[in-house]
Amino acid sequence: MRELELYFGPQHLGMVGNFSITLKAEGDRVLKATANPGYLHRGFEKLMEYRTWIQNFPLVCRINVVEPDHVEMAYAMAVEKLAGIEVPERAQYVRSIYLELARVGSHLFGLWAYANMLGFDTVAQWAMYHRDLVLDLFEELTGGRVYHIYIWPGGVRRDFPKGFKDKIVTTLHSIGGCVPDYDAAFFNNAIFHKRASGIGKIDQRRARELGATGQVLRATGMKYDVRKVAPYAAYDKVEWNVPVRSDGDAYSRIWVVRDEMIESVHMIFKLLDCMPEGEVFNKPPNPFKWKIPRGEAYARCESSRGEFGAYVVSNGEDKPYRVHFRTPSYPHGLIILEKLLENANIADVGNTMISLYVVAPEIDR
Amino acid sequence: MAMPSILGPFKTLRFLFEKPKTLRYPFERKEPALRYRGFHLNDWEKCTGCGNCADICPNQAIEMVEIPDMEAQPGQKNERPRLDYGRCCFCGLCVDICPPGSLRLSRDYFHIHFDTKTFTFIPKDEKTEKEKFLPPDKYSILQASLAHRKQDYEGFASDLDFSLFEPERITMPELGAEERKMSFVEQVLGYDKESARKEAARCLECKLCEEACPAHLKISDYVRAIYEDKPADSLKTIFKDNPIPAICGRICMKHCETACSLSIRGEPIAIRWLKRYVADSILDYKTALELSPAQPSGKKVAIIGAGPSGLALAYFLTLQGHHAVVFDAFPGGGGMVRIGPPAYRLPLESIDKDVNHMASLGVEFNFNTRVGSDISFEDIMKKYDAVYLAIGTSQSRSTKVKNADKCMLALDFLRKSKLESGVVVGKKIVVIGGGNVAMDVARTGLRLQKMQYPDEPTEIKTVCLENGDEMPASEDEIRESKEEGIAFNPAWGPKEVRLDDGGNIAGLLCMKVKSVFDGQGRFSPSFYEDQELFLEADTIIEAIGQAPDFSFIPQNLMSTLEFTPRRKVKVDENGQTTITRVFAGGDIVNINLDAVTAIADAKVAAEGIGKIFSKKTSG
Repeated sequence: MRELELYFGPQHLGMVGNFSITLKAEGDRVLKATANPGYLHRGFEKLMEYRTWIQNFPLVCRINVVEPDHVEMAYAMAVEKLAGIEVPERAQYVRSIYLELARVGSHLFGLWAYANMLGFDTVAQWAMYHRDLVLDLFEELTGGRVYHIYIWPGGVRRDFPKGFKDKIVTTLHSIGGCVPDYDAAFFNNAIFHKRASGIGKIDQRRARELGATGQVLRATGMKYDVRKVAPYAAYDKVEWNVPVRSDGDAYSRIWVVRDEMIESVHMIFKLLDCMPEGEVFNKPPNPFKWKIPRGEAYARCESSRGEFGAYVVSNGEDKPYRVHFRTPSYPHGLIILEKLLENANIADVGNTMISLYVVAPEIDR
Repeated sequence: MAMPSILGPFKTLRFLFEKPKTLRYPFERKEPALRYRGFHLNDWEKCTGCGNCADICPNQAIEMVEIPDMEAQPGQKNERPRLDYGRCCFCGLCVDICPPGSLRLSRDYFHIHFDTKTFTFIPKDEKTEKEKFLPPDKYSILQASLAHRKQDYEGFASDLDFSLFEPERITMPELGAEERKMSFVEQVLGYDKESARKEAARCLECKLCEEACPAHLKISDYVRAIYEDKPADSLKTIFKDNPIPAICGRICMKHCETACSLSIRGEPIAIRWLKRYVADSILDYKTALELSPAQPSGKKVAIIGAGPSGLALAYFLTLQGHHAVVFDAFPGGGGMVRIGPPAYRLPLESIDKDVNHMASLGVEFNFNTRVGSDISFEDIMKKYDAVYLAIGTSQSRSTKVKNADKCMLALDFLRKSKLESGVVVGKKIVVIGGGNVAMDVARTGLRLQKMQYPDEPTEIKTVCLENGDEMPASEDEIRESKEEGIAFNPAWGPKEVRLDDGGNIAGLLCMKVKSVFDGQGRFSPSFYEDQELFLEADTIIEAIGQAPDFSFIPQNLMSTLEFTPRRKVKVDENGQTTITRVFAGGDIVNINLDAVTAIADAKVAAEGIGKIFSKKTSG
């Protein structure tokens, strides 16, 4: 049979985000897939070397458009490590709650993408609507809907507004009330089960070798979560579980996502219950004169896609000497995706990609 | 995980009968959150034009533009931020750095226009731009734009607890009232290195202070040098404009701190104490400054008065290569500063440090030399190429009420208590006056009482015409005086000094003040003659103001010396008086009556003298 070269994306119904894959196919079987990133390269890591420590916050959040919050967290933690800034206890709780809200919002977005891609439009619209409710919470807390710029070195930028706790609880209850509908229409839908099980299957050993983290790894049965293995913010203050599955396919991955969302909501309730009163911001020095002593720091957190790391080097100046981000979509979208697409069906390309939760701006930066 | 089902999804059919969740925009609107980060608002009345917003903006979306018809004032630039909404990312860093809190973000986010130029925009508040901000009933979403906005729609606003600057200053260690009033030990202890660096780190470098300082010191630069732990660099910067930092670091009237943008909602940078820190931490100015001496010009300038103005001029002229010769009646340098501020504010060692440094540069000092009696003004005029009058206001005024000749005069009292010993005070002192000199007198009197009558009850009171709010003394002085236990009698004027049978002071009879100023705002006190207050006293000191003494100038010259309507010596842009070759500066010229303005006058005169000398050589 004749070999075909197919361009999958960036303009393709099955593609979300500015990303493309070049496929070499024989019939409807993919022989070789080459990830083709670069559409969103904005040179953030270089730009950051020309901006002061604080000025970088409006930049870093743009590294992941879907959930800017974990990027802020990783960068803030690295800066705090370098500069030796303490974070007040209440701020740790606020950060955890905020990051879990971000996880819920991001997973709902992922759910929209997946459902939309597979043609489950009803579920996609629900997910988008519910994500909007989460964004409303962000708007009230931070003043921004998408780019929140909320986590600062030394804490967070503003305390909870009046009545915000109740608002979180009401919103999450109204989203949580729809879980049976989601289950019926999507997660337990036999059509979806047929469509997703066995797709993009990867075993645990291989996943670890290829640098998988997040639900890609947890769907293979490994209980690996940065929030557990290296707790930050207030994640060690409450009890919670790491949801895992063992099949390692797309279906398991989306179920991990579903369970994680529910676990996050429970965690938020627990954190709200035991959140202490007090300060939430420990002021960093004057931004025009803030020089951080020479050194390097790596800080990581569990984003909704996997392990997100920030490596920051200071030369003793008011700007970073070098910043590098370890983004989970990088191994997922470039390495694992290419491997999983070998011998896959062309109809499963988008399915596989989205089940890996690839977010293109994270790869390109 | 339940078993996947084919029928389960049909459960969701009931959503067909539910109302849509989508807002039917624009008929249905959703109000943005109270903290929404939308377009900017700027309260022009609060905005100082400091430009911190432009400095912090990561996208360079903010530019400071000069506003026509707006005048720059101390603490106020004639610039306002202009936004470029093609660049703005609505992060709100500008809001969090705004010291006066004038810049906020509103909850509007619509701007539709064909002209891209409308996207650069100078935000103003609804108070000043009523035509742009409409009440909700007149507002229409269909016209929403930067020029058509809703009133009372403030969103993300500044909060001091979360600001990016530190509104509170590093506390200066000071002696407590009980401890300090027992002696003349210096009250302010000074910053150590760490505190000074922390305090210097607060500075946002907006340079409002530099414009407010009469001598235009490069304050941001020397504060930054302190932060960077380079005191020698800091001293070099200070010395470019002010050669007496140990003095000014203690008693400067700190116009800069009043203008500091942080003072609007917090405490200003302790600029004066930072200068003092630099002056005190460097033991030897000369080594630190590494000055290169200029070629001697052969010109000689006589400076009458070794006060701040005279000292500054001597320094500036020496740098130009001219020979400066200073005459002063006191036994040391400093002039009024030597006797005025009591030792707890300005110890003699600090004055001598600045003066000795100047002497080491080659300035010739003739102390204990009174022009007029020890050397005649005509001689000086003959022998020197130029003369600088920095004589200050050296004579205390008297109230001239009945028996006022029995009272002490402020400057005599201060001079004797600081430079000589053996001033005897009574157990009950009354000080007449409400200015800073009166506070110095009262606090000095209190200390003398405590030293002379350690175990006996003593009392000290002040009387002044002005009421509590109008008192010309600085707030700090009034507060500290009260802390030390000095009683105030505001709005009472002296009527008569009562004597006892032996002819000694028995007390001061006062009458209630009706008003201090007349309708035109001129000083013209009026009293209620029938309301009287008698203050028992055995010592009364008058501290109601000072006047200059021009008696040493011969009559023929004096008649050509012109004065301004405010009774100040008239000088031209070179600092020259109406007598050729005679320049003037300091308290006899300016109305601020403080050290740093005196230095500013000296800078003008130094340039003027330099100009005249170079003209003569070339011509």
